[in-house]
Amino acid sequence: MTMDLQIILPVLFPLVGVLVNSFFGRRLGERGSGVFASLMVALSFGASVLLLRQLSAQPHTEGAHGLASQLFPWIQVGTLSVPFGFQVDQLSILLMLIITGVGLLIHIYATGYMHNDERFPRFFVFLNLFISSMLVLVMGDSFLMMFVGWELVGLCSYLLIGFWFSEIKNSEAGRKAFVVNRIGDVAFVLGILLIFTTFGSLSYTEVFKAVEERGAEVAAAVGTITLLLFIGATGKSAQLPLMVWLPDAMAGPTPVSALIHAATMVTAGIYMMARSHVMFELAPTTQTVVGVVGGLTALVAGVIALTQWDIKKVLAYSTVSQLGFMVAACGVGAYTAAVFHLLTHAFFKALLFLGSGSVIHGIEHNPKTATHATGGHGGGHHQGIDPQDMRNMGGLKSRMKITFITYLIGGLALAGVPPLAGFWSKDEILVSASQSNSLVFWLLAVTAVLTAFYTMRQIRLVFFGEPRSREAWHTIESGPQMTIPLVILAVFSVVGGVVINWPFEAILPAHALSHWLEPVLGKLEVAHFDFGMAGIFSLLAIVAMAAAYFMYKRSYNETVKQEPLEKLGPLYALSSNKFYLDDIYRVLVVIPFHGFATVFAQVIDKNGIDAVVNGIGGAVRNASLVLREIQTGFVRSYGLVMLLGVAVLVAWFVFTR
Amino acid sequence: MNPINFIVALSAILFAIGVLGVLTRRNAILIFMSVELMLNAANLAFVAFARKWGELDGQMFVFFVMTVAAAEVAVGLALIVTIFRTRRSTDVDDLSQLKG
Repeated sequence: MTMDLQIILPVLFPLVGVLVNSFFGRRLGERGSGVFASLMVALSFGASVLLLRQLSAQPHTEGAHGLASQLFPWIQVGTLSVPFGFQVDQLSILLMLIITGVGLLIHIYATGYMHNDERFPRFFVFLNLFISSMLVLVMGDSFLMMFVGWELVGLCSYLLIGFWFSEIKNSEAGRKAFVVNRIGDVAFVLGILLIFTTFGSLSYTEVFKAVEERGAEVAAAVGTITLLLFIGATGKSAQLPLMVWLPDAMAGPTPVSALIHAATMVTAGIYMMARSHVMFELAPTTQTVVGVVGGLTALVAGVIALTQWDIKKVLAYSTVSQLGFMVAACGVGAYTAAVFHLLTHAFFKALLFLGSGSVIHGIEHNPKTATHATGGHGGGHHQGIDPQDMRNMGGLKSRMKITFITYLIGGLALAGVPPLAGFWSKDEILVSASQSNSLVFWLLAVTAVLTAFYTMRQIRLVFFGEPRSREAWHTIESGPQMTIPLVILAVFSVVGGVVINWPFEAILPAHALSHWLEPVLGKLEVAHFDFGMAGIFSLLAIVAMAAAYFMYKRSYNETVKQEPLEKLGPLYALSSNKFYLDDIYRVLVVIPFHGFATVFAQVIDKNGIDAVVNGIGGAVRNASLVLREIQTGFVRSYGLVMLLGVAVLVAWFVFTR
Repeated sequence: MNPINFIVALSAILFAIGVLGVLTRRNAILIFMSVELMLNAANLAFVAFARKWGELDGQMFVFFVMTVAAAEVAVGLALIVTIFRTRRSTDVDDLSQLKG
């Protein structure tokens, strides 16, 4: 019983936050509801740490199932039996720590960022609900539990993208994310159904055991299952061809972008693939598809990120690109590397998003130029410049020192400069890819260089040079609620890679993460640290960053405003138009859909269904117009009719005898 | 000729008079009286047949009819009085609000 309670505690705390803030949020006030929500996440983090300690005390062998608890039987229909069960093993505990840990920092940051927002408590209701749902996703002990969390985080994502729904573009972005995700989810559900029909169970333990025992016998089915699951992952983790929702999702408040659309939810697809690696390993075709899709997504998103002007859009495409890295890692069988990159990416991308939020907040809310003293964000009522456009920034390095330094650290980590976190995980993925699939390797290699370039382009445009707008000129540093999480995340972005998976047999324990994950992911071939490759990529990253710095120093400053990449011509057009993906979807899906809808509404509904309904109504009305004449209102005529009726009846009885 | 026939014929005549009264009169009280006439014509027929067959059922029914008629008079007169109070008239042709 105590185990049951202990396992669900991390899920329960944020749920308490949801309930309290839903009902008493307004009464608690801004400070109260923000602090309470953060406290609940802190408690959830604490509960996760306790679980980590318990888990460490368990025997660390392959095939151990960690801590598990089945609270009650949930669905029992025929042979399908799904308990409401949670399981905490070496993989899920890592994600739990990231979700609650990074989540806590982002909650604290949001108390500053959302200051004076008119729907402040509601924001924290959604944020807490998200933490809870995401924990269900990673802690569930069956595919169905994962799916429950999977859908719940989708809901939270929808609610939070459209949080400032009074602006139509925000609510449309939310809807787009929701619809695109549903497409992936349909495949995911089909995959789950196929798992059940093939193995007769949905619990991880039973399914994976059956896969291992039956092996080749079920290989064909597993191939289909994994492909369907992967389509689900392309939706949630924004891979080609379903990546279009994530950049639009930046319409949400920046803490949401950091938490949901960079650090946690979008990595659900990678978690799912790592979790079911037993099945993916049995399906070489799927593995190739996964690898190539991941690589292509990484490259395409990386190219698009080169030419974006919106500070958050750059990060959004960068996130898609980095997710591509993780997916590609899963595709080449390097699940540890994928999880490793997931962890480091959570640190530095959350940092970058929060940093960009700090910049946007600074530009939008500085005391000298703020056009509205109390209104929230959202921009709808904001006069003046677009606070997210990097063309209006510049020179913020001296004005926002903490934000600048932490942002630079995050950027260097993203670019893969040693010894920051991103370097180690990206290197591990590249080494694994080079050993198994050269196409994937080259896609990722090019992307790695592009990453360094667009990162430096952004840093140069935002922080260096002279301010290019009055707002940027008067920007001041954000408050401590926002800068402290930045500093903490920056520390993790520096040391995260070294501490988590140090590849050498010296000083620190080597391959800590790989060994830690062995009970879940099995004894994988440990990717050896390749000095040559690491050296080349570090050098390339630094060269690309230097190139970006000097190119934009020369051609984009307060006097000259020329995008140097425009010289690339058609490639530039392709990149700045986002590979025309949205346009392709508009032509292939949206316009035909609208056409169908118009036909159904104007022709079939109006002339078919409405005609029947109106016809019945009209017929009844006409009949009653005739029949009302009978009702004269004269008692005596009713009496006469009655008499005649009686006479007829009597005649009937008399003459038919 | 059996005297029963005369009694039944009288009953039929009374009933016909009642029906005609109901159909032709416009005053509610007169209609009401005609209805009473029809009831009593039926009573007469009951009594005649009861005597003819030597059974008491018919006479018993008469008592029922009389009881019901008494109740009906009470309710009916009350209604008519109320209608007269509100409309200053007991002409049934004026009461045609429920006309279709």
